Amino acid sequence: MAKQEQEVRIGFYVCHCGTNIAAMVDCPEVAQFVGTLPGVVLSKDYKYMCSDPGQELIQQDIREHRLNRVVVASCSPLLHEPTFRSATEKGGLNQFYFHMVNIREHDSWVHTDRAEATSKAKALAQAAVHRVAHHKPLETKRVSINPTTLVVGAGIAGIHAAMTIANSGKKVILVEREPTIGGHMAKFDKTFPTLDCAACILTPKMSDVGSHENIQVLSYSEVTKVDGFVGNYTVTVKRKPRYIDEEACIGCQDCIPACVFKQPKFADEFNEGLGKRRPVYIPFPQATPQIVAIDPNTCLNFKKGEDGGRVVSDKCKKTCVEACGDKNAIDFTQVERIEEYEVGSVIVATGFQTFDARRAPAYGYGRFPNVYTSLEIERLVNASGPTGGHVVMRDGKSEPRSVGIIHCVGSRDKKTNVWCSRVCCMYSMKLAHLLKEHTGAEIYNFYIDVRTPGKGYEEFYNKLLDEGVHFIRGRVGEVTDWAMTPDEEGKLVIRVEDTLAGYVRRIPVDMVVLATGLEPQQDAQDVRRMFNMSCGSEGFFLERHPKLAPVNTFNDGIYIAGACQGPKDIPDTVAQAGAAAAEVLALIDKGFVEQEPNTAFILEDECSGCKSCIPLCPYTAILFDEGKGRAYINEALCKGCGTCVGSCPSGSIVQNLFDDEEIFSEIEGVLAYE
Amino acid sequence: MSKEWKPRLVAFFCNWCTYTAADLAGVSRLKYAPNVRVIRLMCSGRIDPQFILEALTKGADGVLIGGCHPNDCHYVEGNYKMLRRFQLLKRMLGDMGIEPERVRLEWISAAEGEKVRRVVNEMTEQIANLGPLGMPGRFAEWDREVESLAAQIEAREGGGCGCGSSGAETAEKEVAHV
Repeated sequence: MAKQEQEVRIGFYVCHCGTNIAAMVDCPEVAQFVGTLPGVVLSKDYKYMCSDPGQELIQQDIREHRLNRVVVASCSPLLHEPTFRSATEKGGLNQFYFHMVNIREHDSWVHTDRAEATSKAKALAQAAVHRVAHHKPLETKRVSINPTTLVVGAGIAGIHAAMTIANSGKKVILVEREPTIGGHMAKFDKTFPTLDCAACILTPKMSDVGSHENIQVLSYSEVTKVDGFVGNYTVTVKRKPRYIDEEACIGCQDCIPACVFKQPKFADEFNEGLGKRRPVYIPFPQATPQIVAIDPNTCLNFKKGEDGGRVVSDKCKKTCVEACGDKNAIDFTQVERIEEYEVGSVIVATGFQTFDARRAPAYGYGRFPNVYTSLEIERLVNASGPTGGHVVMRDGKSEPRSVGIIHCVGSRDKKTNVWCSRVCCMYSMKLAHLLKEHTGAEIYNFYIDVRTPGKGYEEFYNKLLDEGVHFIRGRVGEVTDWAMTPDEEGKLVIRVEDTLAGYVRRIPVDMVVLATGLEPQQDAQDVRRMFNMSCGSEGFFLERHPKLAPVNTFNDGIYIAGACQGPKDIPDTVAQAGAAAAEVLALIDKGFVEQEPNTAFILEDECSGCKSCIPLCPYTAILFDEGKGRAYINEALCKGCGTCVGSCPSGSIVQNLFDDEEIFSEIEGVLAYE
Repeated sequence: MSKEWKPRLVAFFCNWCTYTAADLAGVSRLKYAPNVRVIRLMCSGRIDPQFILEALTKGADGVLIGGCHPNDCHYVEGNYKMLRRFQLLKRMLGDMGIEPERVRLEWISAAEGEKVRRVVNEMTEQIANLGPLGMPGRFAEWDREVESLAAQIEAREGGGCGCGSSGAETAEKEVAHV
């Protein structure tokens, strides 16, 4: 305690941040003002405090001037607090004798009046000077890292991240909600701009994942709950019943043709409803794991239960069970299972969903049979698709002789989604190339701008132009079947203002393809809450920093990769998945994390034993000692929100880093400057 | 109030949502009124109503609280705890004759930099219309009143022997006045 009585000697530094701060805040004036405050022994302004010389300056001053508190006014503490804390520590002080003032994000960048901004900087600096005098030396808590990683979503992002981590010898649990891994990429035919086949590059990776000794694939499963904190998460996974014993099924698929439905008659989700499947099915030939699934909604052995769900009726002849024979893999009694896993870090790679084209009614999707979405065309041109790669229209026989591809459906549109989905220009051109190759049809692309920023992308665009694909600049007004001339009879007419030619055109085509944009998954908000992440205004998961921490989230130990963070193509997705895997490996190899010591504790002598704090704690970290008649906090469970502190009637709970003394002095300080 | 009066707002922002949103407003170079001074807390649930009263007492003309949207609290439900206290405090402030617009609670997510700008601007304008709260001045005035009362009593009693009783009387008056 005696140490705290010692004279407070504060060193204050104000950073110019080049001109980021100095252009709007008079830094020398701030330094001069703070220098006059009691307790401040030196006050300096410097061009870049975060640079090596800037940090060196702090360390040197601590030694030379016997500083015992440090305040830096610069950018957001969310960016550089760790930097300056470490400089403080290197100077020989406890790192928590430091406080940071945000005069960039909260001041110079958001204000336009230099005098006002300078006053604000002074007020904020004074608050910090008042506050830091009350700071106490604290120790961070080391928490060990569980070396197992959870990867949520097994599209190309999840697959790549899982493989990278597993190849380093660490265990991975890969959760996928569909019966097979592969995600959207498995549905694609070719990939731009190289036109190599998506399946050829993806499916080997899928089977590697499926057979990897360090990867446990939980397909047809969903994460339902996440507890814990960085290094030690407990994850609850719901295993949906596929009515197949995964251990017993050998993937022979004998049960599929044996089904009582002689012909496949139910819409096949994997083929976007263009093909048909039986109630017992495997999504596509290279599905991983190679295990069939039974869809209780269409299988005759199920009926509607009392609660609306499906229950076993045992009305079917169960020819599939016969075909399965002594493998006994089909198990109609399966129920949903809940399993718990302990992991240290999480990569969320839940991907995107495509824009529902019905939300752009002017384009007639759902009204005109020959209006398709781009994903449907991917399946249609695919050799393993519902037509074996033969491009026919919905009548099942006629080939299109002209195709219109409408770009930006559900992208760059104030009525639906305002963002650019980044991949549509390129995949539209890829589909244009493939459709032309398959059918020889005339292809018209209707675009607002052609965006081809990527390696080899512009060249691909030029190639398409050379191939004679038409590009018409203009947002399409509508697609109609109302013919005005005989040659428009029986066709779909695309009405568009050709903004380069300068007049409104009507272009009759046989088939319309809507280049639907990418948007956040329907349940992105639920996933975000579960992992305690944030979403940007468009609903994609928010990265910690758009440039310097693109795969980190605000929650330590939770990383994001792929299109769940924002629309991106396969190369960027894979790069990001690799980055997320590297972050995880860095965490695991370090073996521990330092935890912010902002936990709360109860002053036993002052606690009145009223117990009002106990029900407030969301982590049940507060317990009651019946013997002493006092409450106490289990520090290991406390996460440092401070809710109990704010409500304690006797003021006997103290939160480290945010105790009453510190906050009251900050309030006083911030108002002391007129 | 010799200088031109400008409203002064103290803001308590949750580290995970509103504080980050204010950072985002900065990164996006949105412009807003320079009247707000932000104090960072880990959760809006940490806010003791006393913080708000203290800010008003020490010269703030308004207090803004920024927390996570319902259902989005980083610590499960700290924002609800704040909401409860806020409702009680608001009623109390009304009884004390403080306009309810001076204290405002907003849910602002980390993505809503634009909302930070809007709320700060709105509130600055509102408080500018209300005029200064001037609590420090009022306290000083009350102190002077009490002092002069004490002096009057002192004078009336004319330095008589009843020092003890006059002292008690003054104290009683003080209490009654406050």
